[in-house]
Amino acid sequence: MATEATKNGAMSKDLIVYVCLLVLAAIQFVIAYQSISPTQMFTRMIVVAVIEASLALLFFMHLADNRGLLWFVVIFNVFVLFAMQYSWTDSFRISNGVPWAK
Amino acid sequence: MSTTTPGEITMPMPAPAPSSLMEKPAFSVPAKKMAMWLFIIADTATFAGCLVAYGFLRNATPNWPRPFHSITNLAVMTFILLTSSLTMLNGVRAARAGNKAGALRWTLITAALGIAFALLHIREWMALIDEGMTLLKNPWGTGLFGASFYSITGLHLTHVTGGVIALIVVGLRYKGGRYNADDLEVLGLYWHFVDLVWMFVVPFVYLLNLAH
Repeated sequence: MATEATKNGAMSKDLIVYVCLLVLAAIQFVIAYQSISPTQMFTRMIVVAVIEASLALLFFMHLADNRGLLWFVVIFNVFVLFAMQYSWTDSFRISNGVPWAK
Repeated sequence: MSTTTPGEITMPMPAPAPSSLMEKPAFSVPAKKMAMWLFIIADTATFAGCLVAYGFLRNATPNWPRPFHSITNLAVMTFILLTSSLTMLNGVRAARAGNKAGALRWTLITAALGIAFALLHIREWMALIDEGMTLLKNPWGTGLFGASFYSITGLHLTHVTGGVIALIVVGLRYKGGRYNADDLEVLGLYWHFVDLVWMFVVPFVYLLNLAH
């Protein structure tokens, strides 16, 4: 009986997360049609994408149940992702700082 | 009859170590699951590298094309992939409950959704190729667009295709008794990761390139 209740609880939690992901995906599509600058659009979309990814990681991939593994995955990935950002300044230099720039 | 020769020293065999003395798995995660997590971390770096390189090119290229007019196909693909994550969860749950038929059914439904996603993806590619978009050139602007678009979506499509094959193989072998619920759960991690990557590909590769 208790097992059945636990199973139903887990199913309903998965369903709630699934609906949240659908709503967040829909929000991304709405943002795409807003009349805002590309920078604003990018910022809003990345915020929504990170929330979506967090929900999937925590509940679909069950990282919420294992705090140690959660920190391992998050710290490792955040470090790698931050390390990859060194090139952005150079991309701005190419578009703005060279003789043929706009 | 003893096999010991005269004068030979016999050493007593050590008793097996009690489980309390065995090294515990990292983060209390079984080895197979840990291996999948390490693969996922490495693959995250691969996709992140591709997306950062794409962002660099997009930022630094003046006439970046924005060719996408309709989001219908993209919305359907996203819906299918998100739904496939839910069906995968149901499959793993059925496997944990010992329901082999249910686990196989949900796993095959997940694979079918993956196939539907791949077919829609290929249809989209064919339409873009018909419009003249190739790896090196397109009618709208810089040729880098086609190269980056096909590279990123192609890498993701490769993951989906590999996942579909794995779902069918592991699902059938689970039903046949060769694999257990843990194997299905490990595969589920991979499938959710493919879904997770799509959450970043959609906004950056498609939605930021919508024609207004």
